[in-house]
Amino acid sequence: MIPRPKPERFRLRRTMMFMNAQKPGLIKDAYIYGCDSIMLDLEDAVAENQKDAARFSLYHALKTIDYGETEVIVRINGLDTPHWQEDIRVCVAGGADGIRIAKCESAQDVLTVEKAVEAAEEEFGVEKGRTLLMAALESPKGILNAYEICAASPRMFGVAISGGDFRKCMQTTPQRDGVDMLAARGQMLIAARAAGVQCFDTVFTNLDDQEGFEAEVLQNKAMGFDGKSLINPKQIRFVHQVFAPTEKEIRQAEKIVRAYREQSAAGVGVFTVDGKMIDIAFIPGAERTLKLARACGLWEGDLV
Amino acid sequence: MKNAVGRDIPDFLLRDGREVYQGKNYMDGKYLQKASPRTRRYEKPQESKIVESLAEAMRQCGAKSGMTFSFHHHLRDGDYVVNMVMKAAIEELGLEELTIAASSLGNAHDPIADYIEQGKVVGIQTSGIRGRMGEVVSAGKLKTPAIIRSHGGRPRAIERGEVHIDIAFIAAPTSDCVGNCRGIGGKSNCGSMGYAMTDAKYADHVVVVTDCLVDFPNMPASVEAIDVDAVVVVDSIGNPKKIASAAARISQNPRDLMMAEDVAKVIAATPYFKEGFSFQTGVGGPSLAANLFLEKYMDERNIKMGWAIGGICGPMVELLKKGKVGKVIDVQDFDLDAVNSINQTPNHFEMSASQYANPANKGAFVNKLDFVVLAALEIDTGFNVNVLTGSDGVLRGAPGGHPDTAAGAKCCIIVTPLIRGRMATVCEHVVTVTTPGDCVDVLVTDYGIAVNPLRPDLIRCLDEAGIKHVPIEELKEKAYSLVGRPDDLQWEDKVVAVLEARDGTILDVVRKIKPYTLEED
Repeated sequence: MIPRPKPERFRLRRTMMFMNAQKPGLIKDAYIYGCDSIMLDLEDAVAENQKDAARFSLYHALKTIDYGETEVIVRINGLDTPHWQEDIRVCVAGGADGIRIAKCESAQDVLTVEKAVEAAEEEFGVEKGRTLLMAALESPKGILNAYEICAASPRMFGVAISGGDFRKCMQTTPQRDGVDMLAARGQMLIAARAAGVQCFDTVFTNLDDQEGFEAEVLQNKAMGFDGKSLINPKQIRFVHQVFAPTEKEIRQAEKIVRAYREQSAAGVGVFTVDGKMIDIAFIPGAERTLKLARACGLWEGDLV
Repeated sequence: MKNAVGRDIPDFLLRDGREVYQGKNYMDGKYLQKASPRTRRYEKPQESKIVESLAEAMRQCGAKSGMTFSFHHHLRDGDYVVNMVMKAAIEELGLEELTIAASSLGNAHDPIADYIEQGKVVGIQTSGIRGRMGEVVSAGKLKTPAIIRSHGGRPRAIERGEVHIDIAFIAAPTSDCVGNCRGIGGKSNCGSMGYAMTDAKYADHVVVVTDCLVDFPNMPASVEAIDVDAVVVVDSIGNPKKIASAAARISQNPRDLMMAEDVAKVIAATPYFKEGFSFQTGVGGPSLAANLFLEKYMDERNIKMGWAIGGICGPMVELLKKGKVGKVIDVQDFDLDAVNSINQTPNHFEMSASQYANPANKGAFVNKLDFVVLAALEIDTGFNVNVLTGSDGVLRGAPGGHPDTAAGAKCCIIVTPLIRGRMATVCEHVVTVTTPGDCVDVLVTDYGIAVNPLRPDLIRCLDEAGIKHVPIEELKEKAYSLVGRPDDLQWEDKVVAVLEARDGTILDVVRKIKPYTLEED
């Protein structure tokens, strides 16, 4: 059995790669591609009469495969199905880092899942509160309730939009400039930031359209997303490239963090770096830049 | 006696000056005496050399029991000629005690296994051995040990007279009535005929087998009429679908692509990656895909490849047509794009196996290679590679040009997944050493990269480029942690195949497999 370290609520999640939990060939070593999180799917990728087989495969994968530093999240079936309770038991028993709540529409949905997770933690002797949660918003109602969903539980680390279902509800299709989901993405981002959780964009499904994919990733980064869901390892590299900080940003962040440490040790709260006013409010952003830079292999310092 | 890769070579094989493998370049500077064939004079003008059947052609060439017949493998798994010739020799002429000396043999030659079991075929000399033939040889049914040679080792052995060819059979997609042969223009095209060239020059007799007779003169000829005794026209020399695939497609498998990208990264990190560099790659998933990523680096640095060699397929022809490669020189073609390009596209040339890879001539192309990217069935912690025997010890592969290009290239990169099914590719000891570890420089797997400690210069290059690498032992342990550590194979004493190093020394032997029995608790 492979013991997994306690999941971190806030960590680098630039890329979450979906894979069918029923396919041992896929999930046995998905971490080699270097995505930040893998999303083992019990929901749409698994046929209705294969849900049990998928849970088996998932459980044994969690128990026997060393995913190392790659986060392992499971997408469970919707609360309107007969599967979600058993899905949760398997996730918790196997020690998944987190659960993605499909088709989440309200804070109550989060609380319902949280209750079941807590019961499963109790049942399997798993540390209480270990299993993290994230919500997938797939309907207009989910988007309208984004803030209450994000803020529903201390287990919540993030929220993602699911483009396929959402576009169907909105009677639209993917547009080159992203206008089809602009309002939804914006509202979700505002809610996530207000609640202090991370925010992830939907998958880009046309693998042959690399140009379209790249345009969407650039827009994601510009809008302020933390990361993106992916369907193929070949999408990873570009996202990591786009979400990597620039050399200038890294140097600036290094200066800010270093100056802050020195100044606060000397009892100074507000100071200037390169002519700009800096106080404690800048520190989390600068530290995030450095962590990101390290994860991208661009920085080797020990400030964070 | 133990050789330089730690393999125990039985003394009975070390006769007539035969030595064990001593390490790379051991034979450098030594002299060799070339053998010459005894050939018949055709002084009186002949209208045509066409004879009505294979049996008749063999009779004319004085075929008798105990002879060695040679073949080349450009028709690959589509080949009909080996089976056709051996059937005529054994079933029509009643010959026995025959030896087959082929550049390679494959699944197409399963029927030969019967002749081995009947004792009619008593010797096999080849690069590749697979299918039923591999099984019967591994089961000890061939009268003499099979001799496995690389593509460069074979012309060396032929020129030196270590294998004397009584009759060479040339499978020719086109021939004229006196035996000028080409690999194109017919209905079973194979492109290059490079492996057949040394055979035609050194065999006592040469019989051309074709299914497409063309007007004299069939020029430029790959095998020339001056070396040919007889021409036999048959209905079909092979199955075109299996000779050359429509087009070798670059893999879309994300694992292959990831490894291919790492291969390109490693290449771009070495000092050899500069304007005019030379390159060879295999046609396996990740090896072929390396072309794609290499092109990106070439564009980025604004450099072009000087020349490429090898078995050639479409993606390399594509680079030639785009002007990103100066010249392509090939000994074999793997797909129709390459078949249709050789000698047609400017700067796409044909070469002989000797010119390609023979270590005993005065300058084979492999000696000028900067990079070669190769696959492996197994690679051990001494970087020794096996591409011949399966994890069950049965013959099912081919060294091909692997040992030749690895020895010649400045940077030899092996690319392979860490595990295949339940088999660890990176292991403690390979079943058979087919390419010695002193010729292998870098290993790229899906779980990480390892550099041969014999190459501290390359280690520095990778470090400077920020390319992570680990000791090969770490990869081996990772593999065993995933699939378990296999028990040692059980062998009997009998040697069923001798693996010759390219220079003619003995690199390894393959013994008869012991039938596996499960022990009771």
